[in-house]
Amino acid sequence: MSALRIAQEEKGWLSSETIEFVAKYLEMPAIAVYEVASFYNMYDLSPVGARKITVCTNLPCALSGGVHAADYIKKRLGIDFNETTPDGKFTLKEGECMGACGDAPVLLVNNHHMCSWMTEEKIDQLLEDLKK
Amino acid sequence: MLEIEIDGKQLQVPDGSTVMEAASQVGAYVPHFCYHKKLSIAANCRMCLVQVEKAPKPLPACATPVTNGMKVWTHSEQAVKAQKGVMEFLLINHPLDCPICDQGGECQLQDLSVGYGGVQSRYEEEKRVVGNKDLGPLVSTDMTRCINCTRCVRFTTEIAGLMELGQAFRGEHAEIMPFVEKTIDSELSGNIIDLCPVGALTSKPFRFGARAWEMSRRKSVSPHDSLGSNLVVQVKNDVVKRVLPLENETLNECWLSDKDRFSYEALNGEERLTRPQIKQGGKWIETDWQSALEYVANGLKSVRSEHGAEAIGALVSPHSTLEEMHLLQALVRGLGSDNIDFRLRQTDFSADTRRAGAPWLGLNVAEIGSLDRLFIVGSFFRKDHPLVAQRVRQAVKRGLKVSVLNPVIDDWQFKVENKIQVKPSAVAGALVGVAKALAQKTGQDLAEVFASAAAEVEVDAETLSLANSLASGKQVAVWIGNYAQQHAGAASIEAIAQEIARLSKGRFGVLGEAANSVGGYLVGSLPAKGGKNAAEMLKAPLKAYVLFGIDAELDTQAGQAAVDTLGKADTVIALSAFKSESALAYADVLLPIAPFTETAGVFVNAEGRAQAFYPVVKAAGEVRPGWKVLRVLGELLGLDGFGFDKVEDVRQIILGAAQEVDRARLNNALAVDSFALGAAAQGVERVADIPIYAADPIARRSAPLQKTRDGQAPVLRANASTVAKLGLEAGGMAKVKSAAGAVTVPVVVDDGVVEGSICLAGAHADTSALGGLHGEVSVERV
Amino acid sequence: MSSQGIILSGLDGDRTWRLADYIKRGGYEALKKIIAEKISADDVIAEVKKSSLRGRGGAGFPTGLKWSFMPRAFPGAKYLACNSDEGEPGTFKDRDILRYNPHSVIEGMIIAGYAMGCERGYNYIHGEIFEVYSRFEEALQEAREAGLLGKNILGSDFSFDLFAHHGYGAYICGEETALLESIEGKKGQPRFKPPFPASFGLYGKPTTINNTETFASIPYIIREGGDAFLALGKPNNGGTKLFSVSGHVNKPGNYEIPLGTPFADLLEMAGGVRGGRKLKAVIPGGSSAPVLPASIMMDCTMDYDSISKAGSMLGSGAVIVMDESTCMVKALERLSYFYFEESCGQCTPCREGTGWLYRVVHRIENGLGRPDDLDLLNSVTANIMGRTICALGDAASMPVQSFIKHFGDEFAFHIEHKKCLVPQDVQREGSKIYVA
Repeated sequence: MSALRIAQEEKGWLSSETIEFVAKYLEMPAIAVYEVASFYNMYDLSPVGARKITVCTNLPCALSGGVHAADYIKKRLGIDFNETTPDGKFTLKEGECMGACGDAPVLLVNNHHMCSWMTEEKIDQLLEDLKK
Repeated sequence: MLEIEIDGKQLQVPDGSTVMEAASQVGAYVPHFCYHKKLSIAANCRMCLVQVEKAPKPLPACATPVTNGMKVWTHSEQAVKAQKGVMEFLLINHPLDCPICDQGGECQLQDLSVGYGGVQSRYEEEKRVVGNKDLGPLVSTDMTRCINCTRCVRFTTEIAGLMELGQAFRGEHAEIMPFVEKTIDSELSGNIIDLCPVGALTSKPFRFGARAWEMSRRKSVSPHDSLGSNLVVQVKNDVVKRVLPLENETLNECWLSDKDRFSYEALNGEERLTRPQIKQGGKWIETDWQSALEYVANGLKSVRSEHGAEAIGALVSPHSTLEEMHLLQALVRGLGSDNIDFRLRQTDFSADTRRAGAPWLGLNVAEIGSLDRLFIVGSFFRKDHPLVAQRVRQAVKRGLKVSVLNPVIDDWQFKVENKIQVKPSAVAGALVGVAKALAQKTGQDLAEVFASAAAEVEVDAETLSLANSLASGKQVAVWIGNYAQQHAGAASIEAIAQEIARLSKGRFGVLGEAANSVGGYLVGSLPAKGGKNAAEMLKAPLKAYVLFGIDAELDTQAGQAAVDTLGKADTVIALSAFKSESALAYADVLLPIAPFTETAGVFVNAEGRAQAFYPVVKAAGEVRPGWKVLRVLGELLGLDGFGFDKVEDVRQIILGAAQEVDRARLNNALAVDSFALGAAAQGVERVADIPIYAADPIARRSAPLQKTRDGQAPVLRANASTVAKLGLEAGGMAKVKSAAGAVTVPVVVDDGVVEGSICLAGAHADTSALGGLHGEVSVERV
Repeated sequence: MSSQGIILSGLDGDRTWRLADYIKRGGYEALKKIIAEKISADDVIAEVKKSSLRGRGGAGFPTGLKWSFMPRAFPGAKYLACNSDEGEPGTFKDRDILRYNPHSVIEGMIIAGYAMGCERGYNYIHGEIFEVYSRFEEALQEAREAGLLGKNILGSDFSFDLFAHHGYGAYICGEETALLESIEGKKGQPRFKPPFPASFGLYGKPTTINNTETFASIPYIIREGGDAFLALGKPNNGGTKLFSVSGHVNKPGNYEIPLGTPFADLLEMAGGVRGGRKLKAVIPGGSSAPVLPASIMMDCTMDYDSISKAGSMLGSGAVIVMDESTCMVKALERLSYFYFEESCGQCTPCREGTGWLYRVVHRIENGLGRPDDLDLLNSVTANIMGRTICALGDAASMPVQSFIKHFGDEFAFHIEHKKCLVPQDVQREGSKIYVA
């Protein structure tokens, strides 16, 4: 799993070639690696933008504005979930529980960086920062 | 032992049994999909939920271990309610396309839904659609029908040894697939069709060929490798529609190799020979049997009277029946010749006068599971013996340690402890090293005859490790494979391999090449009194040849040279189920004989088991069973001992009343009075494998098998360093020259091939120009 | 974050997580005590049993008993695993423990390793809290450098090493056998039991898996004694526990309080219901636990027994608070979607059933419900529950059953009138971005 994570960090997403490379390196059948890559949803099997934003919209977050925050980002970026902005900078994903419901609204940037209490102002600021 | 009560019936089962196993003992059928006795337990379909006393919820029978005093109800209200609940879930996304599904009529889901399904679906949402996958020429997919039981995934991983299928994604999106756009290349792939409980995986060649209930099921025996897999041949309107395994736990279990399963396509193909033909003035004329046989009899008689009986020779396929082989040798001998052989790819016949009996596996196939050490010498094991390799694979999981010595180390999809890779000319020497190390390790004396050879060889670390492994075994077997038997130094290899078996207190065995390799020895279908063997017959031309069931250039080690030799004969009588361009050129008479599905006979497999089979369809056209043709021919020639009415009468002569092989005649003992190692070759040596789907006339004419990866044209395989030294380029072409001829083939880098040698398959039109299968060749880039 | 307990007390956010800070708080004294006084493994387990500590991951199984299941004389490797794959909607306590007090978990695991004779442990951390995973790696490095992990810990002949492992987005890996599969590098599909992990666990070896908070409670139990821990809570419900309060409260966050504290007090600590609105419903133990209406909930105390009596589960201690602006159909739709998405796909009832449930709830929410849909939902959940390898099938079913049971009228209204009982603008107001 770490091998795939590292490969994704380097390549941005996991293409068939990348998965095959990891499989060879680990001396595993390619389909066994593909099973793993397709099972965990933080792996991307298709290209994503330079910044992948994943917003939690599960119930506890939704009660505190998770859906609202996602709607706001959609409006700001002009894209829906699972879409990438035409300039290739942003991809928006809908996430499931990130284990930080008390910090709602919560979102992840490129899987690893968590942003908490995302008000509209903070979202604006974040998008500005990420554009740089 | 544990006490258990199932549906009110008491029984005892061994510790570790599951409820499913116990239930089947008392004949209580528990519905299931994912469970399969030969596969690991997945417990995912949940169809086999049963009620267990004191358990708060129903438990899956397949995965629940029996505990002492357990009470189980397989059809109680609780159990049936659970089973019906699961059935509803299985059906909500399953298409209602049974009328156009090939599985219809033999579908586990269809059958069980009759008992457990509702009348009308309560699911009114859109059904799931799953994209189909191209798994290659043998297996067709309709993945929307898949119920995710994962039997096929477990089969590729556990039985075939390489995970070629997986269950990707999760939840409702889970789907069974190969890795992106890969096909299934296993030589056992067809078994997933049988395993699939629904119509997701079906046979591509058979597709829409017939309905399960329209076909009759007839038993037969595979004519291909030396295992003798038991078959169910399914027939409609006297046409073989498909072949399925007939379960035989002691041989093929519930499996078939793809060769066993899909070769039948050749039987309905264009190349079938259906009428006797005679060549006159360079033209082929169809004729009737009477005229053809009289023509043949007269031809043979005149050759005998003009040139003597020694000018007549016969080459018979080791895939022929016992009766055919017997009658042919009787015919040749009746004419006064001793020129008869079935060992068509053999090169070294020097062991012939020193054998005590028919070479065989040395143990029963079912005993493989109890071996703890196995040394395989000179074999393309996995492709030559797919289901024996499968058995070894399972035994390896239980602790069997396998060692191998071969010029080419292919991936056998199981763990091989010790691998020794040597050039072809160094095989015997390397074995002497093993024997020497083994003698030292076990404190035994090497047989005197090997002493001087042993003094010449050094024992390296690999050899020592292999010897130590054999020495530490309690149930050891040493086998020589097809390659070792075809090797130019076969007799030496066998002698020293037998010495290794003796030193390791193990059993020696010969992995026969074909369905009736043991049978050929038993009926004496080989020279006994100084007659010519297969190689000799094809070296210098005789005046008359009888070819029985062979493609001369593909089934003999001589390759194209065989055709040249045959071309110089006065008459070549070819009895065959097929015609070919080359036979039309070299033969003078073509007699259509029946393939295994249209005749009766016996094959004796590698373990010496005689298995009889009977016709499953009417013979095509004017085709006659080979034994009948030989009988009539014998009578026309005025020979004694051909007055049979029934095939059983022929069999009686060979096997006696018991219709079984006299075990005393199975004997691998080989007298060795001298032994010397030949000089190592200096140049590039060729190693020839016989590709799985090129090995016999039927397999090589099966279109779907030829479309598989294993059916692709031969390529030159060599390791990276050899490719570089020879100035070749991967992906480029190379010209390979032997004394007999030259061929041009693509180059592929394969680090499994020993340094300094090339591997280039035989038994193929692309390489037959090279003549023999072995020896030094020159290689250049083109 | 507020604490009347033992794990999160005395912390100062991001500033006091390092080894030196932990030692200042009395950290690693329990371990030192065991090594110095040569306390036997059996005695350690006895102390844990005495504390009446129950698994904090959700099932509430007595920890001491679980530890005693590990085969004593097993030859070869035995493993320990910590379940920090916190992805149950509403639960966010392990994240705070790991980022603010990682060494408490490390010490707890070392002690557990000692008690059960394990040589190796793994902490499986939810992939989404990757920054916490990175910090935990740092904490492990500190512990290794201080001789607290690795060969011959504190000069004794006890050796134990601990490794961090991260998930990558699969709720099911919180199921303990799925977690083991995932550590082994496979997809996280739960295993059929038996065999249980205690006999056939990680890499086929005996393995014990506990929750992060469970391990974090261990040092206190050893240092202060099992009785002291028990006394913090109430009988059969020893100790203090973290409650993650989320949803319609003014101060969402983690509250570490004695087991047995009235719910009303917890609600008050969390600042009460937002905007002065009325409490409608509470899911008291993470999204898989049955929902309880306000009237029942206000009479409960926060412990395993009380919540269970009320018809739900204390579970992981995740308290999801919903006020009167909540549409219960929409709330259930959201949860059903989650279980549908997170089903691993292995067992038929869950793979096929969770999608069915979601689609029916979805159509009710969207005004396409049918009169017999509630019966259908109840029937489908009955066919899923207890029929699958792991508890995800049950977890998906219990919310459906309890939402219908307690708020059936609201569902019926939805079906009949093809719209929410709670006006849309009220809903919007209630679930807009709220940051305290």
